[in-house]
Amino acid sequence: MTAAHAAPVQPLTLAEKIWEAHVVRRAEGEPDLLYIDMQFIHEVTSAQAFDGLRLAGRTVRRPDLTIATEDHNTPTLDIDKPIADPVSRTQIETLRRNCAEFGVRLHSLGDANQGVVHVIGPQLGLTQPGMTIVCGDSHTSTHGAFGAIAFGIGTSEVEHVLATQTLPLKQFKTMAINVTGSLKPGVTAKDIILAVIAKIGTGGGQGYILEYRGEAIRNLSMEGRMTVCNMSIEAGARAGLIAPDDTTYAYLKDRAHAPQGEDWDAAVAYWSTLHTDEGAKFDAEVTIDADALTPFVTWGTNPGQGAPLGDVVPNPADYADPNARQDVERALEYMGLTAGTPLREIAVDTVFLGSCTNGRLEDLRAAASVLKGRKVAEGVRMLVVPGSARVRLEAEAEGLNEVFEAAGAEWRFAGCSMCLGMNPDQLAPGERSASTSNRNFEGRQGKGGRTHLVSPLVAAATAVTGHLAGPADLPALQEV
Amino acid sequence: MEKFVSHTGTAVPLRRSNVDTDQIIPAVYLKRVTRTGFEDGLFAAWRNDPEFVLNKPERQGATVLVAGPDFGTGSSREHAVWALQNYGFKAVISARFADIFRGNSLKSGLLTVVLPQETIEQIWTAIEADPATEVTVDLEAREVRVGELVAPFEIDDYTRWRLLEGLDDIGLTLRNVETIDEFETTRPSFKPATL
Repeated sequence: MTAAHAAPVQPLTLAEKIWEAHVVRRAEGEPDLLYIDMQFIHEVTSAQAFDGLRLAGRTVRRPDLTIATEDHNTPTLDIDKPIADPVSRTQIETLRRNCAEFGVRLHSLGDANQGVVHVIGPQLGLTQPGMTIVCGDSHTSTHGAFGAIAFGIGTSEVEHVLATQTLPLKQFKTMAINVTGSLKPGVTAKDIILAVIAKIGTGGGQGYILEYRGEAIRNLSMEGRMTVCNMSIEAGARAGLIAPDDTTYAYLKDRAHAPQGEDWDAAVAYWSTLHTDEGAKFDAEVTIDADALTPFVTWGTNPGQGAPLGDVVPNPADYADPNARQDVERALEYMGLTAGTPLREIAVDTVFLGSCTNGRLEDLRAAASVLKGRKVAEGVRMLVVPGSARVRLEAEAEGLNEVFEAAGAEWRFAGCSMCLGMNPDQLAPGERSASTSNRNFEGRQGKGGRTHLVSPLVAAATAVTGHLAGPADLPALQEV
Repeated sequence: MEKFVSHTGTAVPLRRSNVDTDQIIPAVYLKRVTRTGFEDGLFAAWRNDPEFVLNKPERQGATVLVAGPDFGTGSSREHAVWALQNYGFKAVISARFADIFRGNSLKSGLLTVVLPQETIEQIWTAIEADPATEVTVDLEAREVRVGELVAPFEIDDYTRWRLLEGLDDIGLTLRNVETIDEFETTRPSFKPATL
């Protein structure tokens, strides 16, 4: 057959390729039935799902494609003692009972593989290219960094996946986020994603899978890629996605659940096909120039309300749209900020380093590189919370804990901690934080708390100066 | 799931955009292991303010929430849907919902209706002028009616059918269990397993 007679092959985006490989059933007028390769479970969004199974007399279809951990509602101190709050304790015990009853593997508090659900999946090698991954948590988008379609679901869907290992879903639209050029020193993955969200808005990604592309993305480590994909949900997107490459394979090789031997070769051969084809059409495209980026921080009460660190608090009067103006007014009132104040002059009480966004080893190393030989400012408390028990161990093996403790920061056990104001780590009303987490919503870190989202480098520099700052703002250390 | 065909009730105007699920129900209220009892957590921080619209005597007993755009952003917590339902809401109307919240609501039988912002403004004006104004959300006819105003809305046929019949989504999927069995035989051996 000559080329002229060959049927044209439809070029596909990466998201379309993975989707098509998981369609169990497609019927006119119905959503696709999509196979789910892995479900991660945690204590907060699963109890009612297991209850539903029990009520209907159903079982977990694939316990071998399911794994659980405890993270949201766990303390980061005294983890060897019973959880003090009885309601929290009940929630954790319920997860333990459910996992035992339904045969689901669980990494409990105290286990070396316990940790924030989105940190332990990749760490165990359970997150791999080409998979479909779900979890009852919106930051499941993190796993898209490996070239997997990964998205957060609610408890009804958790139950659906437990019972059927599938989900009925309407296909997501695709948006390319092209990040061209390269990052300047001191500018990180967190700054990229905060700039993306500020550009497209908290609703800009609705209905889309965002595929991050371009030189600046290719040059990120897996940790950095996870930070970017993690916050896709803050732009309203269903998922974030980055095509796998040698960086991905190097991260996965020899991890506990990575394919071995011939399976590894077969896997890499397949993974190498997972990229957006030349000529494939995205439903939307956005371009960000990495060269122009500087450290980015938020000033408001949603992750889209951010600006470069060198800017000032915006003036509501500058917003033409009355709804947007009202949003900014309300945000400034809640945040206790005055228009025109340089962001660098905003003083904080607390610095939180951790979360599924920035609680991995690379993040701790970055912050430690700034804090080494320096002190946390008087009156500022800094919490350092590794994303997993294993990250904590690895950081201790490198002596990072000593750097943090010498600087006056608290070295905690792994968990979601102050990211979400559910466990004992919370801001007091009116307290202000610089936080490496993902949400600056009203009360997110504790009732009345005020949050500025920042990168680990900015968090560390802010801890030293006591007000929002980047490493470049710090005086050079004296040689000893 | 309870069937949803049509609902008529009084309404609450929530003139705010970007109401995230941490506002709908803060994380400290997520510790219960049941699907009930979340009404106390609904808009917990805002309800401390006696002037908050939900606290007004004329809004008691309202069953339809009319909210600003980008309602339900953020966390995937289905507790946000349960809190609204436990409080007594049957439907939420907004110009735009976050995807996960919308999915959760339609799984749990809380009807989320998308209408243009201009229509939302008209409904706000009507229900603010007279809190006794009744709002009808008619899924069968796919329209919202407020006095003289008739606003059609879109919802896909499949979801509408499932809500009208009150069907269990899992039960529907399990009718295709043989197709799932068959699909599983084609999965590559290198895919990871936890056990």
